[in-house]
Parts: sequence; structure tokens; C-alpha cells
Amino acid sequence: MKRHYFDHNATTPIDPRVLDAMMPALREVSGNASSIHSYGQDARRLVEVARLQVAELVHCDSKELVFTGSGTEADNLAILGAVRAAKGEQKHVVTTAIEHPAVLQTCQQLEYEGVAVDYVDVGPSGIVALDDVRTALRPETVLVSVMHANNELGTIQPIAEIAEAAHEVGALFHTDAVQSAGKLPIDVAALGVDLLALSGHKLYAPKGVGALYVRNGVDIEKIQFGGGHERGRRPGTENVSGIVGLGAAAQLAAENLATEADRQGALRDRLEQGILQSVADCWVNASDSPRTPNTTNIGFNGIEGEPLLIALDLKGFAVASGAACSSGVVEPSHVLLAIGLDKSTARSCLRFSIGKGTTEVEVESLLDMLPQVVERLRALAPAQTDA
Amino acid sequence: MPKDLIAVAMSGGVDSSVVAAMLHAEGQPIVGMTMQLWNQQRIPELIPEGGASGRCCSLDDVYDARHVAQTVGIPFYVVNFEDRFEKEVVAPFVEDYISGRTPIPCTICNNLIKFDQFLDMAKQVGAETIATGHYARIERDETTGRWLLRKGVDESRDQSYFLFGLTQDQLSRSSFPLGGMQKDEVRALAHKLNVPVADKGESREICFVPNGDYAQFVEKYLDEKGDRTVSQGVVVDAEGNELAEHGGVHHFTVGQRKGLGVALGKPAYVTEIRPATGEVVVGSKEALHRTSFEIERLNWISIPRLDEPLRVKAKIRYQFRARAATIRPTADPGRVAVEFDAPQLAITPGQAAVFYHGDSVIGGGWIV
Repeated sequence: MKRHYFDHNATTPIDPRVLDAMMPALREVSGNASSIHSYGQDARRLVEVARLQVAELVHCDSKELVFTGSGTEADNLAILGAVRAAKGEQKHVVTTAIEHPAVLQTCQQLEYEGVAVDYVDVGPSGIVALDDVRTALRPETVLVSVMHANNELGTIQPIAEIAEAAHEVGALFHTDAVQSAGKLPIDVAALGVDLLALSGHKLYAPKGVGALYVRNGVDIEKIQFGGGHERGRRPGTENVSGIVGLGAAAQLAAENLATEADRQGALRDRLEQGILQSVADCWVNASDSPRTPNTTNIGFNGIEGEPLLIALDLKGFAVASGAACSSGVVEPSHVLLAIGLDKSTARSCLRFSIGKGTTEVEVESLLDMLPQVVERLRALAPAQTDA
Repeated sequence: MPKDLIAVAMSGGVDSSVVAAMLHAEGQPIVGMTMQLWNQQRIPELIPEGGASGRCCSLDDVYDARHVAQTVGIPFYVVNFEDRFEKEVVAPFVEDYISGRTPIPCTICNNLIKFDQFLDMAKQVGAETIATGHYARIERDETTGRWLLRKGVDESRDQSYFLFGLTQDQLSRSSFPLGGMQKDEVRALAHKLNVPVADKGESREICFVPNGDYAQFVEKYLDEKGDRTVSQGVVVDAEGNELAEHGGVHHFTVGQRKGLGVALGKPAYVTEIRPATGEVVVGSKEALHRTSFEIERLNWISIPRLDEPLRVKAKIRYQFRARAATIRPTADPGRVAVEFDAPQLAITPGQAAVFYHGDSVIGGGWIV
């Protein structure tokens, strides 16, 4: 069966050019990047080239980048590290209700440790209102964390404005840019962020590598212990091949950002319009908000997303409903609940996310398949309520 | 013509894993699905030492089911039925206990979840029929056109008692591939087909009460809901004399001998539970004997309905050898009168009475 992947917000395949770039690091460069000898220096050289490549993607100084084992780790390091390093008896953090669990659960951990956290709501637009953040800010606020682009809706948050507001009360500003890095232009200075997390496997690098931008002069505590790697901020022997992959992927993303955004945006719009035209009674969530060009989240009135996802997968189309969790259980998405959908409406939504490899032919074959599957499920729906 | 897709309900245990492996080996297109029914972490006090593996819905079992599906090489999904399970199975279970009844959640789960919501889900993903690891057999009676439910060939494993509530439509869309096999054969087949969980132990407890302490579950659940607390009561004898205080009627089941907190000089059994007054009546073993009772919420399998008295073998709980009885229609069409030939111990409200003709299930209902 021919398979089609419409779940690039979950992860992306490794770009063959990225893999090519990684191979020497796997085959030939065997040293520990922290070793003094020539083997170590060879590895260090690769790591530092990659650091420059990532720095170019987000427009920062390469010294401001810390490589991590994942986007989740980068978010953890940013939030725990910044809050623990902050001074004050009473610490307060502001974040939003639509963050990724990597941020939400880290904030919950802080609450457990005695830090006050406010989770700012969003409306149906899926965009955090600047005024709501301002209202939540307090003199003792030490960190504001707002994601750049939402993973489920694609909605782009007004980062620059919120960062400025955070700075006005003396708080640091962190953004989870896992879903925007490689999809949207990122300039850390223009955004005014102090901390920015990104992940390799969302931009065609391998899994198991991420990076955290830490603005020069910003003090964060390390959250794991064991060595002086990454200027003491992230102990642990560097994953050289993964870091090389992230560097190569960042370079490719930077080079093709505008053309891919246009191409994927056109495919996404075609998919969205095609579904709205061929399937009755469906809608696009947060359709009027600025969104990442590859993402659309569509609700199908009267049916459950779970069987729809399974039925589509059995026909070779991989899509997502809500955020996948480790046990593979499909729970109603906290993001969709946050934009005001009730539980059952949230369960009727699917996320389609396009990538570099997605073709027009694939979009058309999805459009051929989807209406009949939705219709079949709707025809079965009354039987379920009778039972 | 390609065969139609079948959905296999996979619990992560040996039986349903073998079903998946054998159907796949026969070239049958299948999709494996595990029902997520209950979050064990909700009441962590009930997880026994060493974890809740072997009880459905623990993460370990989902892991096992997925591992089996991947080894066998079939598509696999976890489907979340937690909301419906709590509403249809868990809440009534608790309600039964605090109302002095002794429920059978597995039968309710079969009727309303496994052979209802799961069947619906199967149909929605494109599978018209489901297969499960139950030890029972489904056959079509060609003369009457009715779907029959027969005991599993391995009588020691037979689960037909828990399946008496299945409708003709549910039976027509289900299959029990292990119904004709002995448990030993199933284990052997598991090894032969390289099923990873071939030597896994078995669960005997109700899946959402992994440590088997129902009273504790009832209390923790009501506690979590915060809308009600269990009421204390007294243990009385047949004459109404107070013998002891107790912590709530949910601690008791008719026929219970242990944990009564009374000393009568001879073995005492719970003979009756009066939820309205909180009284638990105890008496001698003889006082537990009854011959007749009524059932409600009927379901018929081999017959369309009961029009006249019928001689049957009746089973009044799972661990009970079926004994001769006569069942009769009553003035109330929703009820049937059951009369054993000889008195039986502990006819317990809340349990199911299931009637057999040979190894074929005639039907049954819930003891009033």
C-alpha cells in the first residue's frame, strides 16, 4: 500500500542531504568533542560548524546556543534553569494554556516547587492576547514563556510584543520555537527573546537533538549534572552526529525557508479548500489567525476523530488528532479545549501537517479519499447513539 | 476476493494475542485494537505491590498488546473508551455495592463496551466483525435462524456466563476463535506462533480493582467524586438484635462468612443486606438456602422469548455448577421466576442467573 505522510508537526523524515552530512561524523570522527587530542578536536570542529549553522537560522551569536538532547529538554532547561537562577523569595511565571506539554508540565513542576504560575487563556483565535499577558504580570514575575507557533493549530503568537511586556516588569522571556524553526523566519533580536528552544527532528534532522538559545548575559542554572559540556550549561558528551545533522538541517531550512513556505502554504490552502468544498459540515480551527504555512486543523461535525484517524491510516494516510502521547492513547486536545471547543467537538478534529516531501499528487489523493471515509462514518453515527 | 477486515480486541494477555496471531497466520486481514478503559493511576492505592500488570489498561498491558501486534505484523491502535466505561461500568458498580448488591462488571462491560462501543469502533474503521479471546462458541441454528452461544470446549475456562447479555446482532458480528480449544492448546499455540506474551500470567481480578479490594475501591471512588460518603451501619441477627457496628454495606455480599466482626458460637453468614437502614443480617448457613427468586433485565439467546415454563440448568454465579431449575414467565413481562429443584446457597442480588440447555445458553437476567 502506498502511504502518505501528513503529520510533519509530529516529526519529519531526515533529509537525505542531512544524512549525508552526518555520515562522516558517524563513520570517521570518533572522538569526544571535549577531549584535548586531535580526535577530540575533529569532533569539536564539527560541533562548532553546526553551532554556526544553527546560529544563522535564528540570527544569534553561536556562543548563545546550547545543544540539548531534544526540544523538550531545551524547554526544561530554559524554564527550570531561568526560574531557579532568578532571585527573589516569591517567584512568579506566566505562560499560556496552549503550550506544549514540555512547557506545561515543566511549569507544573515549578508550582510543585512553590513557584506561582499563571496560565493565560486564549480565545477561539488560538492567539494569546497581549493585554491578557499584561494583566497576569506581577512585579515578582521572573519568566514569561509563550510558544512561537502552536503545534496543533499553527497559530503564530505575538512574541515580540509579549517579550517587550515581560521585559517591562523585569522578567525574562522564553519561547518554545519547536514548531516555527524552519517554517518561519526567526530573528532572536527582532523577537526580543531571551531564551528560545528548537528541536532537530521537526526540521528534517534526526531525533535526539535540540538546541536552546540563551541570550548573552542571561543566567540559567543547569538542570543536569556531570561535566562542563556546553559551557557548563548542559553536561553530557555531545551527540556529535546528531548536532551535525541539526546544523545541516538548519542550513537547508534557512536557504529554502521562503520558497518552501510558499509551496507548502499553497498545498495547505488547496487541502483546506478542497476539504471544505467536498465534505459537508466541517470547519477550520483558527482559520482567520496567522498560522504556520504547513498546518491545518479541521473539525468534522458529528464524527469522532479517533476512528477517522484509524480509518485513514488503514488506507495509507497518516494524520493526527490532538497531541500524541507516550502510551499512544488519544486524549482530547488541551489546545482545542483552550480555544473553547467542548470535549466532543475537540474529539472531532484532525490535524493535517504538510512537509518538504509532500506533493500536489498526495494532496489530491487525500482529497479523493477523505470525503468517502467521512461520509461512511457519518452514516454509521446514528447506530452508535441508538445502541 | 479479499477477505473482509476483522478487528481483534487485544488486551495484552495470552488469549487475545493468540487470536491475533492465529488469524494473521490464516491470512485473515486484521487490525488489533486495545481498549483504554480505566486510568489505573487515578486510584494508585489499589495498585498491588509489583504493579498492575496483567490487569487490563495498565500501561504494561498496552505495551504488551502493541508489542504483540508489532511482532505479528498487524496494524494496531489504542482506542479510548474511558468516559463510557466509567459511566456504564464503574459508576454502576459502586452504586450496586452501596445499595447492597454484588455486581458483575465484566458482564456489563461485555454488553455495553466490548460488544457495543468496540463493535461500533470496528465498523467505523472498516471492520464489520470483531474477534476476541473469550472461551465460548458462537454458532448459527440453521432451523431457527438464531445465533447460539455455547460453552467453551474448555469447561474450566468457559466464559459463556459473562456473555449471556449479547444480542443476536452482537453475536452475528463476533467470533471467539478460542472457543473450541483447551487453554493448554492456546498456550502451546502461543509458543508455536512466537507470541511474545506466551508465558504471561492471568488476571482474575476485576480490571479496575487490581488489588481485589472492592470496598476500598468504592470508598476511594466516592471520595474522589466528593459527592457522597459511605454510611456506617450495624450487623443484626434474624431477630433484629444488634451484634456489631460496620463500616458500610459495601463491605458485604450475601453468603459472606469472613470479616463480619461477630461471634455467634457457630459459623455466621450474611443472609441479607438492607441498604435503606444499613443493616447487614447474619444467620446460619441454613438461613442462606433459597429455592426460588426472580430476575429482571432479561436477554434471550436460543429462544426469542419465554412463553411457557421451561426446564433448564441454571447458574447463579460464575463459580457455580449449573443445577436443575424451572423458569416461568410472570405477570410482569420484564421478569421471570426461577425455581431450583433443590435449595441453593446464597442467591445474591446483583448477580446474573444464566440458563443452559446442554452447553447452549438459553438466556438469563439479573437477580432481583
